Amino acid sequence: MMHRIRALEEVALRGLADKVVLGAIHPSIGQEAVPVGVMGHMSADDLLLSTHRGHGHTLAKGASATAMMHELLGRVGGNCGGKGGSMHIADFEVGMLGANGVVGANIVIAAGAAHAIKLRRENRMVACFFGDGAINRGPFLEGLNWAAVFRLPVLFVCEDNGYSATTRTATMTAGAGPAARARAIGVPAVEVDGNDVLAVDAAAAELIGAIRAGDGPRFLHARTYRITGHTGADPATYRPAGEVEAQAHNDPIGRARDTLLAAGVAAAEVDAVRAAALAEMEAAYGSARAAPYPPADQAFVDVQDIGSPAVEAY
Amino acid sequence: MARLSYLDAGRAALAEELARDPLVWAIGEDLGRGGVFGQYRGLTETFGPDRVSDAPISEAAILGAAVGAAMTGTRPVVEMRFSDFALCAVDELVNQAAKARFMFGGQARVPLVVREPIGMWRSSAAQHSQSLESWYAHIPGLVVACPATPADNKGMLKAAIRCDDPVVYMEHKNLWGLEDEVPDDPDYLVPFGEARIVRGGGDATIVSWSAQVHVAAAAAEALAGQGIEAEVIDLRSIWPWDKERVLASVARTGRLLVTHEAVAVAGFGAEIAATVAERLGRDLKTPVRRLGAPRAPVGYAPPVEDAVRVSRDAIVAAVTEMMR
Ligand SMILES: Cc1ncc(C[n+]2csc(CCOP(=O)(O)OP(=O)(O)O)c2C)c(N)n1
Ligand SMILES: [Mg+2]
Repeated sequence: MMHRIRALEEVALRGLADKVVLGAIHPSIGQEAVPVGVMGHMSADDLLLSTHRGHGHTLAKGASATAMMHELLGRVGGNCGGKGGSMHIADFEVGMLGANGVVGANIVIAAGAAHAIKLRRENRMVACFFGDGAINRGPFLEGLNWAAVFRLPVLFVCEDNGYSATTRTATMTAGAGPAARARAIGVPAVEVDGNDVLAVDAAAAELIGAIRAGDGPRFLHARTYRITGHTGADPATYRPAGEVEAQAHNDPIGRARDTLLAAGVAAAEVDAVRAAALAEMEAAYGSARAAPYPPADQAFVDVQDIGSPAVEAY
Repeated sequence: MARLSYLDAGRAALAEELARDPLVWAIGEDLGRGGVFGQYRGLTETFGPDRVSDAPISEAAILGAAVGAAMTGTRPVVEMRFSDFALCAVDELVNQAAKARFMFGGQARVPLVVREPIGMWRSSAAQHSQSLESWYAHIPGLVVACPATPADNKGMLKAAIRCDDPVVYMEHKNLWGLEDEVPDDPDYLVPFGEARIVRGGGDATIVSWSAQVHVAAAAAEALAGQGIEAEVIDLRSIWPWDKERVLASVARTGRLLVTHEAVAVAGFGAEIAATVAERLGRDLKTPVRRLGAPRAPVGYAPPVEDAVRVSRDAIVAAVTEMMR
């Protein structure tokens, strides 16, 4: 799965260079271990709320790579029919209730999805991903407090890549960090090396076990690193020289590979996974490029039932 | 029919819908004690604290959680207390609730009702008196309801709860105590976009909504004493709004005055005036008129507060002038 996410985003970045990926994309290259480690403990029934940097979350939740690529190119056959794009990708079939263009907004929505699960006495849970920057927005406090007060089945996952767009998050964040804030609100929190997929997997197993046992929300603070710029177009010149290079040994995919090789898995086998992922994403890209854009009248579809612009826009 | 206050009509509507559909639930600050105005009195006792729930003072979470809960198959009714406080949740309403269905390509439905009481209520001053309905009329994806009577507060709230679109439901605080006959049919629904003719007349058309309808009706009464028959139309909802009925009336009378309590500048009256001018401009006997509040905050002291009210006399004067 980590290879599939990496390959999807590498191909998507090429799509940006080819000028067929239309809007901004926020790659999660270097952060793949977090969604993979968490989502391994979730089923299609469980729900996910994601962010602007959500390709990895979406794919790991089970969305089709082909549909995602169509969406990134704004084409028919995209998860949202080409009307959402990278920042609004969603796949309700697999419980993926949306990326979000507004930092932190998904936190309160996730609390509400979990609230509905509780009201309907269902046996599901919600995972909510957000960045280290999002903890400085009000909905972080409101959403965590809400989930704790109503004892809701949510796992909050803070993917801490050290940056809020071009700003070092630490320079703009007071206090002892995301986990300390969560604990202050009464949400038990675990800190983990987010580039170690086995460590994320183990931490998520424990936290999700507690959530499924009815113990209320849990918080995972995963330290990771964003290898690319903030967006596909960001050269990230604000980073100190050598910072990215120093992270080379810390690439979650390289680390997983080392672990596998040390465990006796043949290098060829690991390489074959990478090759298969690339082939899959190339095919998805080819399919998306060949697909048409949605017709203009889609502008008036799915706005609202009552007072719909399909009937009268003025 | 039963004689109910505007407040009790809304309470009855919610109680009936809670009883009818187990997926309906309500959440907001202080609901367990009946809500700030008593419009939830007794509902927690009847339906339990899960279905009529207290909330923290977290407007963004109240509305944002409602979006998540609505997308997950329930029908939340959220109480924002005052439309002024709903501004703390504008992202959740405008960027999330109103957009989810469209941007996710039809995968989401967000059947939520946001109750945001509006309007001047003696000496509530600048942060508890605003009428912000036109803000939401501007947002594709939202329905905006502004009931003026007890019967409408029942039939429209029920329609809002059964509707699959997000509905901004604006009750007027000054109307809570207004009593009138209210149908007790459990399926009494007032459809959005159907205006109500409050009073017929052939000389001029006065369009209004919410509490200002009653001011307009009083003005029409006074005008009748001067021999001027004004037709008063209560729009009931401003998105959608009943263009057909307004245009048909103005086509007959040749004169339009729109009056609302909200600030006139960029108020919804401007939209109505523009539409009538575009469609009927050549046939009008006099230019369209708007009467809304001056572009000033609402003051605390009664004379200051009254200075931004559109009074009955102001409407009478405007229509009288239009008749010359
Ligand atoms: C409310 C809001 N403010 C600002 C932005 C612009 N913005 C987009 S991503 C981003 C940085 C977010 O940082 P973080 O939460 O750490 O997530 P990351 O991008 O690192 O994954 C900013 C400021 C936004 N989308 N929403
Ligand atoms: Mg970050």
